[in-house]
Amino acid sequence: MAQQIKIEPVTRIEGHAKITLTLGDDGKVNDAMFHVTQFRGFEKFVEGRPLTEMPSITARICGICPVSHLMASAKACDDLLSVEIPPTAVKLRRLMNLAQFTQSHALSFFHLSSPDLLLGFDADPATRNVVGLVRKHPQRAADGIKLRKFGQRAIELLGGKRVHPAWLVPGGVNKALDPAAREEILAGIPQALDIARRTVEFFKTIVDQFHHEIDCFGNFPTMFAGLVAPHDLWEHYDGTFRFIDSDGIDVVELNEPREYQRYIGEAVEEFSYLKSPYYKPMGYPDGIYRVGPLARVNICKGFGTPLADEELAEFRQRAGNPALSSFHFHWARLLETLHAVEQIQRILEAPDILDKQVRARARPNRLEGVGISEAPRGSLIHHYKIDEDGRMVWANLIIATGHNNLSINRGVLQVAKEYVDGTKLKEGMLNRVEAVVRTYDPCLSCSTHALGQMAMKIELTDREGQVLDVLKR
Amino acid sequence: MNMSTLATPQVITLQIDGQDVSARADESILDVARENGIDIPTMCHLDGLDPVGACRLCLIEIEGTPKLLPACMTYAEEGMRVLTDSPRLQKYRRTILELIFAERNHVCSVCVSNGHCELQNMAVKLGVSHVTVAYRYPKMEVDSSHDRFRLDHNRCILCTRCVRVCDAVEGAHTKDVMGRGVLSAIIHDLNEPWGDSDTCTSCGKCVHVCPTGALVEKGTASSEMAKRTQFLPYLTRMREHHS
Repeated sequence: MAQQIKIEPVTRIEGHAKITLTLGDDGKVNDAMFHVTQFRGFEKFVEGRPLTEMPSITARICGICPVSHLMASAKACDDLLSVEIPPTAVKLRRLMNLAQFTQSHALSFFHLSSPDLLLGFDADPATRNVVGLVRKHPQRAADGIKLRKFGQRAIELLGGKRVHPAWLVPGGVNKALDPAAREEILAGIPQALDIARRTVEFFKTIVDQFHHEIDCFGNFPTMFAGLVAPHDLWEHYDGTFRFIDSDGIDVVELNEPREYQRYIGEAVEEFSYLKSPYYKPMGYPDGIYRVGPLARVNICKGFGTPLADEELAEFRQRAGNPALSSFHFHWARLLETLHAVEQIQRILEAPDILDKQVRARARPNRLEGVGISEAPRGSLIHHYKIDEDGRMVWANLIIATGHNNLSINRGVLQVAKEYVDGTKLKEGMLNRVEAVVRTYDPCLSCSTHALGQMAMKIELTDREGQVLDVLKR
Repeated sequence: MNMSTLATPQVITLQIDGQDVSARADESILDVARENGIDIPTMCHLDGLDPVGACRLCLIEIEGTPKLLPACMTYAEEGMRVLTDSPRLQKYRRTILELIFAERNHVCSVCVSNGHCELQNMAVKLGVSHVTVAYRYPKMEVDSSHDRFRLDHNRCILCTRCVRVCDAVEGAHTKDVMGRGVLSAIIHDLNEPWGDSDTCTSCGKCVHVCPTGALVEKGTASSEMAKRTQFLPYLTRMREHHS
């Protein structure tokens, strides 16, 4: 009888997941599947609702990155209204998105992944968590909390609250920036910048310890995709949507978000509620690509801010250009955090940042609209169709973690092949399988628009599907 | 003015919550209570519109009467002893509010009236933090056909303020109620899309007297629809003055 080891619930991923590993006759892993097990149906139940409610409704898909859906949705609505939003509103939206990058990346790195990186993948799971981190590395843990607070507070000062601020509206934002709020955010910059800098410095001193993980944590050639700004600069809000191949060569660039369906197909697998988007011209499943921090860093030429660009040069030298191992999502995330803080300062110092004209008003002028923005985890696409009265008739949402689904599956297989031998699972192996998933900082609540607690289950089955062993958290 | 030609109003005395108060015979208990600083919760009532007793939130207890009566439709009588805030009434009011919430789809967090909603405020005031009856989740339409305004039946509590203001103040009587009981719904003319109505003057009074996010201005996003009802008593008085 198969022995069961229960480790419940799974920590440090956002959402509900299960992994199945299939063994061959020799006891080696043949196949791996990453199952996302919830269904929520946002795309269906928004039908009939007025388009102006869409940012608020879709925001409720996720409270973890509470601004991302608001951003993509507001952009899709801008497209439906066919308006050009005031320049100050663009800056303010950018500001909020960067604040969110800071807080979300801090959460991913310090709270979710640092226990593996600082305490060790094979450390006792009882202490391999944020509490263990606080005990052993109080300074790092405090840095994480402070950096996250900086981002959260900036979101609150801009939008009135930290989670799901109703400030982002079709046509811009609904309130100009308060000078006092500007001062308060600016006052927090020096500390946030220090933390971001010393965290990158620190990461560079430990990254070489993980050469074995770097080699097998989703280390394979794929395409990369994301937004990119004019002059090939890093982008998170606007710009064009670019695909590059694994050699770093531009494959295609979408000038209009509405073109996305020409290049992105969505496959559905029976084993998961998470859709698997793929690059259409390559077909499924060959059209695998990655999005998120690693992709954004790979597709651009530079950040455009001095500190981040300096670090990027070293990253390229040490991790490759493009960097192919998903382990380097961590490093890329830290680079983005550094840039976000630099850029927040730059935007706050713009002469028109306190301008009162922050909203363009219009009625729906188009029946179909698409908005693409970058969530911390990667590209987020909202695609809406409305009737002539402005009511939603159809919606399609492609979420960052969805884009990465094929890659996560392959990464899990790669790690499992490397670490799993025989028919008995070991905890350290389980944690590495989880950890490869964690590098992507997946948000399963978002990606299925699903509801649930964090949980992960790993099943070991033979070729006939007989369950040999189960690890549950 | 010759004072002797004015009829002397009949003044009666009664007791509300143990407090002796005086009133005219044509005054409702609600009016008398409010004049004397005694608050009775209401949803369908609005100063400037005729009362209908639809929401039942203003139910009161009157000594010697087993039934609960709506304060807005019950007139003061000599020697009455009225209770407005007994534990029994508090319980009934909370249940009424819960039933209103459960009847349709009131989703505050995404509603354009979030933060400006009388229903939401009432729930806070009466301590309704949870709804203990089963939600009905009816599938209801949003009428977005009007050029400037929108009717979301999901958020409607059938208080009929819109129907009354349209009829009595604007004089158009575009809006009315169709159906019975839980199937009742606000309609325009002979149940046409609002945008097709020949009688609607697009004055917007219905929008501003609506206590919830059922009637709103188009283009408003979540939490942006604040209503302005100050115009109503003023307008009513001016119209009486001219007629």
